[in-house]
Amino acid sequence: MRPPTGDYPLRLEDEHIPMVRFQNVTKRYGDLVVLDSLDLDVEEGEMVTIIGPSGSGKTTVLRMLMALEMIDDGVIYLEGEPMTHMVKNGTLIRADKKYLRRQRLNIGMCFQHFNLFPHMTALENCIEAPIQVLGLSKTEAVERARDLLDMVGLLEKSDEHPSRLSGGQKQRVAIARSLAMRPKVMLFDEVTSALDPEVIGEVTQVIRKLVDKHNLTMLMVTHQMGFAREISDRVCFFYDGKIEEQGAPEQLFENPERERTQQFLSAVLEAT
Amino acid sequence: MTFIEFLKTYGPQLANGSVTTVMQTLLAAGLAILIALIAGLMRLSHSRLIYGAATVYIEVFRGTSLLVQLYWIFFVLPLFGLSLEKFTAGFIAVGMNLGAYGAELVRGGILSVPKGQWEAATALSMSPAKMMRRIIFPQAFLNMLPPWGNLLIELLKGTALVALISVADLMFVARKINGVTYLSAQAFGTALIIYYLMSRGLITPFMRWLEGVMTRKLGKA
Ligand SMILES: Nc1ncnc2c1ncn2[C@@H]1O[C@H](COP(=O)(O)OP(=O)(O)O)[C@@H](O)[C@H]1O
Ligand SMILES: [Mg+2]
Repeated sequence: MRPPTGDYPLRLEDEHIPMVRFQNVTKRYGDLVVLDSLDLDVEEGEMVTIIGPSGSGKTTVLRMLMALEMIDDGVIYLEGEPMTHMVKNGTLIRADKKYLRRQRLNIGMCFQHFNLFPHMTALENCIEAPIQVLGLSKTEAVERARDLLDMVGLLEKSDEHPSRLSGGQKQRVAIARSLAMRPKVMLFDEVTSALDPEVIGEVTQVIRKLVDKHNLTMLMVTHQMGFAREISDRVCFFYDGKIEEQGAPEQLFENPERERTQQFLSAVLEAT
Repeated sequence: MTFIEFLKTYGPQLANGSVTTVMQTLLAAGLAILIALIAGLMRLSHSRLIYGAATVYIEVFRGTSLLVQLYWIFFVLPLFGLSLEKFTAGFIAVGMNLGAYGAELVRGGILSVPKGQWEAATALSMSPAKMMRRIIFPQAFLNMLPPWGNLLIELLKGTALVALISVADLMFVARKINGVTYLSAQAFGTALIIYYLMSRGLITPFMRWLEGVMTRKLGKA
């Protein structure tokens, strides 16, 4: 990644600092522009849902924020500090691995296919990083993990390996595993898309609980329009690597202004 | 001489030779595993120097014959001031050769772990070393076990070549008996059976057992 072109502050110093800011973020794969000069702020405690057609760059937004891959241009800020870059000698340079590891501590991510560690039990999945990364004692980590497994309703499955859990249970363990790191921002990438319809509710129930009880900032990609509408503070409709339209859920779902949004929503509604 | 008489007479020698073969196999296997781990991980490095060094090693040891490597280590290295005892030279040559094959198994095993596992560990801020040791390698290890079983049998068979630098292994003893008695069928026939029993009677069941243990440990059973 080149140093970002254009003017980017070394840190955000406005009176009001968003939890997450994408500033002019571009991501390409070869000639394919997947994110096209994206600007997006997410406020502390806000639940922002990303919807849009397949291939529009929804997953990429989350992956770039988690720094699973590098962006090609622009800067992402987390709590006002650069995430994708770091400050050296008064300029922004590409973040090194150590800096990224520290910044990632603030973010948790849940994947469509769970990605639980198959060689560890549910509990072990949840205590692994707190012990290995945060340096918690085993007792502390187990206590924290048991609280979270209890919160997602799986305390009695603590000692089961993922292969013995249903999809819905796996995803709930994955959520507990992320939360055990006490992140400030949670990312959910189509966490119900790989699930059988009858277990989707148990996962959305957990997310609903997080929204109600915790002051987490959340970014969620989903195809469940009803859930998005019910739970989001703001909905962003992505098209071709850009935000085509965004707004409060009632407005976006009931009175979409852009034609592409209307088309997408009517196509989705027809399918369900 | 009946086969029973043959065994009575030469059994003890053949047993000694077998013990040496087992020792050679164990030591060579230990070395091969160590080299395979190091070279296999080096082949995954982003540093071109590290990657290149491992690639050269693997190419050289896979691309040339084990016998020539054995002779090099035993006969040529002393000319450069490095003399090894024949027993040591024997297992080092076999271990270095099979380690080069093992390196590719290690690399392949690690790459066979799904990308999602790496990403989940990255998202949890795990350091590369911890990620490898605690998340990736345990899963890679299970994937690697079946090909390692074959490799270890190749290694056992490969140790027969150390007889050519006069290490008194099973092959060496069989050759000696044959030279003295001309009972080729008995001498080499017995060696054949013993090699077969070692690979199918010891290595294969051991690897199966290990696979079972690991599968259970990884919670897949
Ligand atoms: N690693 C990659 N290499 C090449 N193209 C990719 C890669 N990852 C994603 N893409 C492409 O980027 C586009 C956006 O992908 P993605 O963000 O996963 O879309 P969405 O989640 O909205 O379906 C797609 O066209 C996809 O094919
Ligand atoms: Mg996606």
